[in-house]
Amino acid sequence: MHLEYTVIEGDFVNAGSASSSIKKTLKQLNVNPSIVKRVVVALYEAEVNAIAHAYGGVVTADIDAGKILLRVIDKGPGIPDIEWAMQEGHSTASPEVRNMGFGAGMGLPNIKKNVDRLNVQSTVGVGTTVEMEVNLS
Amino acid sequence: MKLSEIAKLLNAKVVCGQDRLDEEQDKAFASDLMSDILTLGDNFPMIVTGLCTMQTIRTCEMGNLDIVVFVRKKKPTEEMIELAEDEGMVLMECDYSMFKACGLLWEAGIKPIY
Repeated sequence: MHLEYTVIEGDFVNAGSASSSIKKTLKQLNVNPSIVKRVVVALYEAEVNAIAHAYGGVVTADIDAGKILLRVIDKGPGIPDIEWAMQEGHSTASPEVRNMGFGAGMGLPNIKKNVDRLNVQSTVGVGTTVEMEVNLS
Repeated sequence: MKLSEIAKLLNAKVVCGQDRLDEEQDKAFASDLMSDILTLGDNFPMIVTGLCTMQTIRTCEMGNLDIVVFVRKKKPTEEMIELAEDEGMVLMECDYSMFKACGLLWEAGIKPIY
């Protein structure tokens, strides 16, 4: 099953709608609730990142019997130092993002904790792709 | 503790999920930081927060956290209540500070998750 959603820069009101939709799909597929929670927490963090830090992008989900592969592909500005960004407490969030209860530098580390495989590719000036895989069984 | 008793203790107005007030809850987590709320793993406490935005509801939806007490006189918007209703959540509005609300809950025997 392939699902695809568009995320728009700065659209905080709808931040999480892709994650919410994927959560409902996984529930319908009778995936274990603990696994569903890990998937949606990781995806939601990545979705908020694309809205808060990037110029929007696309969320895709590919679900098969054994796993879910999620990709959040944003349109820049890219992360100059991924290792730095992966450390807790490191953030470049704007005051607006912090007012929404995010931007504490916990997003990428929390994604890492919740997924089985994480791959972050980023090119400054081009964009970032966060690829997350979670085993469903 | 029954949710109806929690509402009474906090002098809170239940704005959503009135049909669930006979349910019990014995744990709470208080934070204004949504990133913290997303780190709770397989714990499902009641959330006490002063952050009253659409993202509060979304964050709780992602974490399967379906009881939210807004403190410091924060009032959820119609849009937030609508989404919370869709998700079957209980929302309460409490005029007390976070500190006072948590103090009262602690005194009544509500436990932290860590």
